[in-house]
Amino acid sequence: MHRISYAEAIREAFVQLLSRDPRVFVIGQGVWSPWYVGTSMEDLDKEFGKDRVIDTPVSENGTTGVAIGAAIAGMRPIVVHPRMDFMLLAVDQIVNEAANWHYMCGGQVNVPIVIRPIINRGGEQAAQHSQALHAWFMHVPGIKVVMPSTPYDAKGLLCAAVEDENPVMYIDDRWLYEEIGDVSEELYSIPIGKGVLRREGKDVTVVAISYMAREAVRAAKLLEESGISTEVVDLRSLKPLDTELVLQSVSKTGRLVVADGGWKTCGATAEIAALVAEKAFVHLKAPIERVALPDCPAPMSAPLEKAYYRKAKQIVAAVEKVLS
Amino acid sequence: MSYDISVELQLRLYGTMLRIRIFEERVVDLLEANEIKCPTHLYIGQEAIAAGVCVALRQDDYIFGTHRSHGHYLAKGGDMKQMMAELFGKRTGCSKGRGGSMHLVAPEVGLLSTAPLVSGTIPIAVGAALASKLRAEDRVSVVFFGDGVVDEGVFYESMNFAALKKLAVIFVCENNFFATHLHISERRVRDNIVKISDIYGMPGVRVDGNNAVEVYYAADRAIARARGGAGPTLLECRTYRWRGHVGPKWDLDVGLRRKQELPKWLAKDPIVRLKKHLLEDGAVSLEELKRLSADIEQEVEESITKARQASRPKEEELMDYVFRENKGQESHLAQD
Repeated sequence: MHRISYAEAIREAFVQLLSRDPRVFVIGQGVWSPWYVGTSMEDLDKEFGKDRVIDTPVSENGTTGVAIGAAIAGMRPIVVHPRMDFMLLAVDQIVNEAANWHYMCGGQVNVPIVIRPIINRGGEQAAQHSQALHAWFMHVPGIKVVMPSTPYDAKGLLCAAVEDENPVMYIDDRWLYEEIGDVSEELYSIPIGKGVLRREGKDVTVVAISYMAREAVRAAKLLEESGISTEVVDLRSLKPLDTELVLQSVSKTGRLVVADGGWKTCGATAEIAALVAEKAFVHLKAPIERVALPDCPAPMSAPLEKAYYRKAKQIVAAVEKVLS
Repeated sequence: MSYDISVELQLRLYGTMLRIRIFEERVVDLLEANEIKCPTHLYIGQEAIAAGVCVALRQDDYIFGTHRSHGHYLAKGGDMKQMMAELFGKRTGCSKGRGGSMHLVAPEVGLLSTAPLVSGTIPIAVGAALASKLRAEDRVSVVFFGDGVVDEGVFYESMNFAALKKLAVIFVCENNFFATHLHISERRVRDNIVKISDIYGMPGVRVDGNNAVEVYYAADRAIARARGGAGPTLLECRTYRWRGHVGPKWDLDVGLRRKQELPKWLAKDPIVRLKKHLLEDGAVSLEELKRLSADIEQEVEESITKARQASRPKEEELMDYVFRENKGQESHLAQD
């Protein structure tokens, strides 16, 4: 074990995956740039060569299709979109082709691709440099979605995504890049589809995703001071979803808050709330609360950003509401 | 037109075209009898392109196709029985009844699937070529597509990337002048698809797509160039689809142009042209060609019988193949 940041953990996974498996390569905009994708891929091109770490023309759809084709032909590409917003140009290739290919070929050909869109927001970047659209991809059969919240998971889930036989969307959030945590030096993978309890509690369950899992832990510490015992479930994978862990926790506490950094309508929180309403309704002692972004494009000016983004404070308020 | 290739090669081109034609003419019957129900886009009239290109390829070369790919599947060596069963929606189909006519796959001969969304397989073929390059293999990747593809942006993204990285891709445009119902003159200012290659510094070759020998020559040169590491080529093969966009009808109601154009193209039947040459040349007797035709007819009938007898997928198998199970097994084409 060593203590490194979330960004360093991602970079360490890249280094070890590229070293271990000649089928792995990286392709995407900005991967030769020292600043475009943060420090999470710094100098990989110098270490592994520009043939295996490929910076691309501004062609998101073409680039993603190229990676899909390479995966179909037996490689293990990781395609990087430095902003999730830019990846929308490639939704045709991701949904129509990658997600459907194995099914429509009757299982004859699979697409072991990792698609890594980075969520990067705040800092007055406005609407087209801020979007968190993970819920779109939960909706589509044939693609898995993971969102690590700790350095340990950031490394282990990237490895699991590369090892998976199917398309996996690996979504990291730059708000987490400075998080420090214990990470094993050797390469390891975390099972896709398994959430984790970040904190045990008995009064209320907070199911959270990505940076909102960190915020949920912060909220739980604040709530503890008022004598409220909060259980925090970090989903880690959105698809497949660890329904068992969610239902177990809600069955125990009887109260649920769902916290996500995406929009509310048809968002990840809606799916989780529906799951609990369907399968654990009898255990609920109060209506479910959702903490998610308002249905508004990401604003620019700082006071508007403050009104827009959700943090521990909103989770605390939601917990107090379900307990009142 | 020069025919200075061996009689054996000419017969392979002829047999490949005839096999596609006879197969599809029977598919027409089965569509009209409502035995085949999935949307089916016929290749009749365009057979010289699939034959000319695929006869020039190696079995381990990759090809990708479109919604109109019965011809590509057969020409590359895909199993006829499995394709017929797929059209019938049977479990024994090449795509296990999950794909139908628009999703044909035969990985054992390099067909890594066909897909109908216009331009969808273009970057994918480029990616397969990138895989070959990264593995230092000399496999070539071919993508067949209609003229509608040049209206899509991702075509240009893919051409650029392939040229930039000198990838072994052959872009084979089957210019049949129609994107579903709309004639090329209603979609583009100029009839100059072949010139798109200039922008990316790759060779562009316009060929008579109803002449299998001419297509073979052009493909052979492009393939040799790609295999040698010199990069991609754009082939524009000018042809005409006899039947409508989808199904067995003739689409004569699609503007006045088709009514005027179709008879001229029927007279340029690629199969009749090569047959005439083979006979005039004395390379082969009419009896031999008749025997070839009878053999293919029998093969097609057998594929229909098998397809009729095969079982349908079961309802409880609906969710099979959504994901591939992770058992530590590697992709079918993975290198060790």
